[in-house]
Amino acid sequence: MARSLATADDATTEILGEGDFVQLIDPDGTRVPNPRFDPWVEDVTDEQLVDLLEDMVVIRRIDTEATALQRQGELGLWPPLLGQEAAQIGSARALRSDDFIFPSYRENGVAYCRGVDYGDLLRIWRGQAHGGWDPHSINMAIPAVIIGAQSLHAVGYAMGIKREGDDTVAIAYFGDGATSQGDVNEAMVFAASFHVPVVFFCQNNQWAISEPVALQAKKHISDRSPGFGIPSLRVDGNDVLAVMAATRIATDRARSGEGPTFIEAVTYRMGPHTTSDDPTRYRTADEVAEWAAKDPISRLERLLESRGALSDEVRTRVDAKADAVAAELRNAVITMPEPAALSVFDHVYAEQNPWIERQRAQYAAYLESVEGGE
Amino acid sequence: MTSTVTEAAVAADTATTTLTLSKAINSGLRRALADDDRVVIMGEDVGTLGGVFRVTDGLQAEFGKDRVIDTPLAESGIIGTAVGLAYRGYRPVCEIQFDGFIYPGFDQIVAQVAKLHYRSGGTVSMPITIRVPFGGGIGAVEHHSESPEGYFTHTSGLRVVSCSNPQDAHTMIRQAIASDDPVLFFEPKRRYWTKGDVTENLTNALPLHRARVAREGTDVTLVTYGPLVMTALDAASAAADEGVSIEVIDLRSLSPLDMDTVTASVRKTGRVVITHEAQLNGGVGAELAASITERCFHWLEAAPARVTGFDTPYPPAALEEHFLPDLDRMLDAVDRVMGRENSLSGWSE
Repeated sequence: MARSLATADDATTEILGEGDFVQLIDPDGTRVPNPRFDPWVEDVTDEQLVDLLEDMVVIRRIDTEATALQRQGELGLWPPLLGQEAAQIGSARALRSDDFIFPSYRENGVAYCRGVDYGDLLRIWRGQAHGGWDPHSINMAIPAVIIGAQSLHAVGYAMGIKREGDDTVAIAYFGDGATSQGDVNEAMVFAASFHVPVVFFCQNNQWAISEPVALQAKKHISDRSPGFGIPSLRVDGNDVLAVMAATRIATDRARSGEGPTFIEAVTYRMGPHTTSDDPTRYRTADEVAEWAAKDPISRLERLLESRGALSDEVRTRVDAKADAVAAELRNAVITMPEPAALSVFDHVYAEQNPWIERQRAQYAAYLESVEGGE
Repeated sequence: MTSTVTEAAVAADTATTTLTLSKAINSGLRRALADDDRVVIMGEDVGTLGGVFRVTDGLQAEFGKDRVIDTPLAESGIIGTAVGLAYRGYRPVCEIQFDGFIYPGFDQIVAQVAKLHYRSGGTVSMPITIRVPFGGGIGAVEHHSESPEGYFTHTSGLRVVSCSNPQDAHTMIRQAIASDDPVLFFEPKRRYWTKGDVTENLTNALPLHRARVAREGTDVTLVTYGPLVMTALDAASAAADEGVSIEVIDLRSLSPLDMDTVTASVRKTGRVVITHEAQLNGGVGAELAASITERCFHWLEAAPARVTGFDTPYPPAALEEHFLPDLDRMLDAVDRVMGRENSLSGWSE
C-alpha cells in the first residue's frame, strides 16, 4: 500500500533511549543490561557475536592492508576506519540486503558487509575510478566525497520507497563534520516533512580532519534532530551490540511507517583523516590512548571470553579469514589493469553526445599520430 | 497503405492548438506525467499554486501530491532529493523558481547531477530535468532576471537547452524529460505569454541537440537562443527593409552546441553576430566565436561580433533596457560585420 508523501503529521520527536547514552557492552567487556534496548538484540547468539567479531577483525585487517598498500605506493590515498569498526559493522549487519545505503567515503567496512568486490573497493583509491561498483548490484551508492551531499540522496530515495509502499529503508552515513553542512540540515527538513523511511547514521568520530566536534556542535549532535521533528538515539559507537540495537530500532520505525530516525554513534577516528594527514599536529597522545582503551574489538573479545565463547580454534579461524581477505585484496590491487587512454571520455553522458565524441575522435587521432611518429 | 482508423488517430495526435509558451510547457509536462509513471515534478509552489508563472497549473490536481510535489524552500534539497529519486529509477523534473535562486543548488547540480553517470562508470544515470525561468525584461527586483546558463554549459555531464517559441517549448520539455542525461531547461520568462501554434506530436521534430534556422538569409548569420530569438527575427525584418539579408539561427541547445548548423550558415554568409542576454566574459558567445573561427576561418569576411549583457551584475529594472541587447544594438553589430561606416561602436578593436 503506497503511502502519501503528503502525510507527515504523525511524527514523534520523543527520544527513544533511556538516558543520554546507550551502551550494552562496556569497555571491560561487561554486558550492561538495558530494558529498552535488550529486546532488540536478544536473538543475537554467541555464535553471531563471534561473526560480528570476525567482521570487525576482517575490516580492521582490510584497513591495515590498504594503509600498507598506500605506503608502498600501490594506492594514492586511503581513509582509515580504524576505531570505527563497531559503528560500521553493527549498523551494516542490522540492514536488509534490499535496504539502500548512501555512504560517505569512509564506509569501507559497510561496503565489505555488502559483499563488494575488493578490486571495486580499492580501484577508487588507486586512482582508477571515481566510483568502484555498480550501486544497484549491492544496494549501496558510490562514495560521496562532498561532505553531507549523500544525505539528501538518501531522503530522495526514501521518498521513492514511500511512494511505492515498499518496506525497504534508505540509510545515510556521514560524520560529525557533515552535520554543519546545509545539505544534512535540508535533508532532515525534507525527511521530516515527507515522513520518509530514512535513517541518518552519524559516526561522530570526534574529528573533522583537524577540527574537533566542539567546533561543529555546542550540544550533543543527537540533540539537533528532534528540533526538526526527528527522534534521535545516542549510542556508544564502539559497542557493536548497541549500534545494532539502535539501527534495528531505526529501521523498524522506518519499515512501519514511523518515518526518519537519527543515530549518533559516538566513536573515535584512531588513525589519520586519510593517509595524507598528520593527526599529531592537532591532538594529544593521551587522548588517543584514552580512546584506545575503549576499543570495539577488545571489548567484544572480553565479553566472548567471559562466556567461554572465544576458543583458540575460533581465534585461529577468524585470523585465517582476515589473512585470506587481505591476500585477496592485495592481489586485486597489484594485478589491476591500467584503464585505456580513451576511456577518459567514457560515460560522461548516458546518450551519444556529438561534442564529446568529437573530442574523443580528435584525441584518438592525436594519440595515433604520436605513437605512429615514434 | 494506412487505414482510415490510423489516419484519424494521426490527425488527432497531430492536431494543432494555439498556446502561450507557458501553456505549451504545461501541456508537455502533462503529457510526460501521463506517459511515464516515473516522472515526478518537484519545486517550490509548483503544486497548489501551479508555480509562480503557472507553468505547472492544474498538474497536482490531475496527478496528485505524490507526482507534483511542493517542496520545502531549499534548492539544494530539491536537487539532492531528485538525485536520490533518480537512484531509485525516477525521472524528476525540478523547478527552480527564478534564475537567481539556482545557486544554493549549484553543488548538487555540478558535483552530483552532472557527474554521477561518469563517477559511477555509467551504472547510474541521472535523467533529471531542471527547469529554470531565466532572463530579464520584466521589470523584476534583483535575482529575478539573470542568465546563468554559462555556468552549466561549462559543466561536463549536463545538457543545456533553451526554447524560444511555444512549439519548441512543448516538444523540447518532453524530449528533455525523456533524455537519460540531465538537462538544464532554460525558459525565456519574458516570452511566457507569447502565443503560437503547437502540435503535440510533431512527426518532423528536431532532435534536442539540433539548432534551427529560424529565418533564412544570405548576408549575415545572427546566432541566438531563448528570449532574444524573437528580437533577432524583428531585427532581420528591419534589416530586410534596408536590403540586408540576415539568417537567424535559434541554437536551442547550448550544450552540446550544434556547430554543424552554425558552420553551414556562417560558411554561406561569411559574417556572424552572436547575441545573448548573459554577460560577455566567458559566455556561450565566447565558445561560439572561438568554435566558428576554428571551423570557418577561411570563409569569414569579418571577425565574429558579440552583442551581450554587460559585464556588470544584472542592473535595477530602471536600467535593464541598457543592459539587454535590443534590435538596434543587434543591427549596429550587423553594420559592423558588414563593414558599414555608420556602425557606432567599433567594439571589436
